[in-house]
Amino acid sequence: MLAHSLFFYFFSTIAVFSATMVIVSRNTVYSVFFLILVFITISILFIMIGAEFLGMIMLIVYVGAVSVLFLFVVMMLNITEQIKSKFKRKNLIKNISVGSIVGIIIFSELLVVIGGWKYKGTFFPLSNKGTNLDLTNTHALGNILYTEYIHLFQISGMILLIAMIGAITLTFSKRDNVKRQNYFNQIQREKTSSVSLIEVESGKGIKLDD
Amino acid sequence: MTYFNIFFGEIYKIIFLLLPILVSIALIVWLDRRVWAFVQKRKGPNVVGPFGLLQTIADALKYIFKEIIVPASANKTIFVLAPIITLTLALIGWAVIPFSNEMVLANINVGILYLFAISSLSVYGIIMGGWASNSKYPFLGAIRSAAQMVSYEVSIGIIIINVLLCVGSLNLNKIVLAQQNVWFIFPLFPMFIVFFISSLAETNRPPFDLPEAESELVAGYQTEYSGMMYAMFWLGEYANILLLCALGTVLFLGGWLSPIDIYPFSALPGIFWMIFKILGLFILFSLVKAIVPRYRFDQLMRLGWKIFLPFSLIWVVLTASFLFFLDMLPTIG
Repeated sequence: MLAHSLFFYFFSTIAVFSATMVIVSRNTVYSVFFLILVFITISILFIMIGAEFLGMIMLIVYVGAVSVLFLFVVMMLNITEQIKSKFKRKNLIKNISVGSIVGIIIFSELLVVIGGWKYKGTFFPLSNKGTNLDLTNTHALGNILYTEYIHLFQISGMILLIAMIGAITLTFSKRDNVKRQNYFNQIQREKTSSVSLIEVESGKGIKLDD
Repeated sequence: MTYFNIFFGEIYKIIFLLLPILVSIALIVWLDRRVWAFVQKRKGPNVVGPFGLLQTIADALKYIFKEIIVPASANKTIFVLAPIITLTLALIGWAVIPFSNEMVLANINVGILYLFAISSLSVYGIIMGGWASNSKYPFLGAIRSAAQMVSYEVSIGIIIINVLLCVGSLNLNKIVLAQQNVWFIFPLFPMFIVFFISSLAETNRPPFDLPEAESELVAGYQTEYSGMMYAMFWLGEYANILLLCALGTVLFLGGWLSPIDIYPFSALPGIFWMIFKILGLFILFSLVKAIVPRYRFDQLMRLGWKIFLPFSLIWVVLTASFLFFLDMLPTIG
């Protein structure tokens, strides 16, 4: 048990340290890399408490997909210019006030959720489906998600789908003056219609109607 | 204390898994070049050692003694980290690959998810290398590669769901054991084809080697790398290819199971069949490299998003409804 808690403190120290570095570091790309480190250590902590499915999903979704997109955007920024420019005091007060409001909201939400955890059993009678210890936790999760919470699960899926379609329609703009290739035309092109042999007399040019 | 005993016992096993893999990567590079040469009516590497078998070792020695050049304007930490991450991620995937019913380092419940997570992480080595080089071609190569790998991962994930529907477990051993009656390549043949092509794209192999297309991008994300750091990218790439061959073997070709359950075949140990099948898939990989011309990038994206993704989604619905209406859904156990 000692070794287990040693590992726990080791990983949680890394998680806390890199979470601070996400905010502190001046280089935005470093911030994203520290964010990735946070995700990885969190998924290790999930695995350590036996929730291996959640840990792996965390790795696949957050590290494998979300952070790649973050990196994509951030890498396009001009990092050297950003580091050189002085931190502006004018914005500092504004940033801190907005940031602390968001922080307080999240903190109070956490308080409500964790405080309510104690009384969860009295409001929502829990089923015993998930507590069967012989099942792997993938099966246990599936047993609950797709039976009792199927409607909530479907609704959250729908919301994500709508958000995705919304994001695509917002950024999609039909541009003119863009040459697009038509695959069928490209494949169907034949020698007779695209190659022609022309004899040119020496010393004279030739004009093609093209 | 038992925790630490287990820990050191595992390290012993890990070394005995890693050494054969590193050696086989060296041999696989040789095999790749030989097959490639065979198709093009050349001889290929045939000078160093018997049949040129030691060519890769000679190359590796050359790389070790070459100077490592770090560009002055590169971001040094990330520049050095990138090849290390590529090689590490390519090697740690092997922890869950079962070579026979007992020969597996970590027989975990979510083995397939672990492999999928590892292969989705391997994009970071390339992005980091491309960005840290602080130069145009590597950066373009990295962006291309990231877009390519992220899009083909989606279709690989959905193909894996097809197989999981037939198995009912995420454990790689159980996936192999579920194929005792029939290998999944037969009922899910179109998915095997899609998986094969997606894994070509996932490992940046020709015809999808656009991240390092030499006619457009010099060498893509590897342009600024030299010496051992280049060799590490190269090793990582081949380790990844082998890993995806192993994944294909486990998912579709019945892993360590022998093709026919008759005496001379079934007497051979499972590890033999596993290696045999991985090699077979790998030779297919190198044949494709030799005979197919390179794709254009927009064609690549179109293939991934507009053809493979809808096709494999439809196949998920088909598989699920087939299993459901014929009452063949696997039971939880």
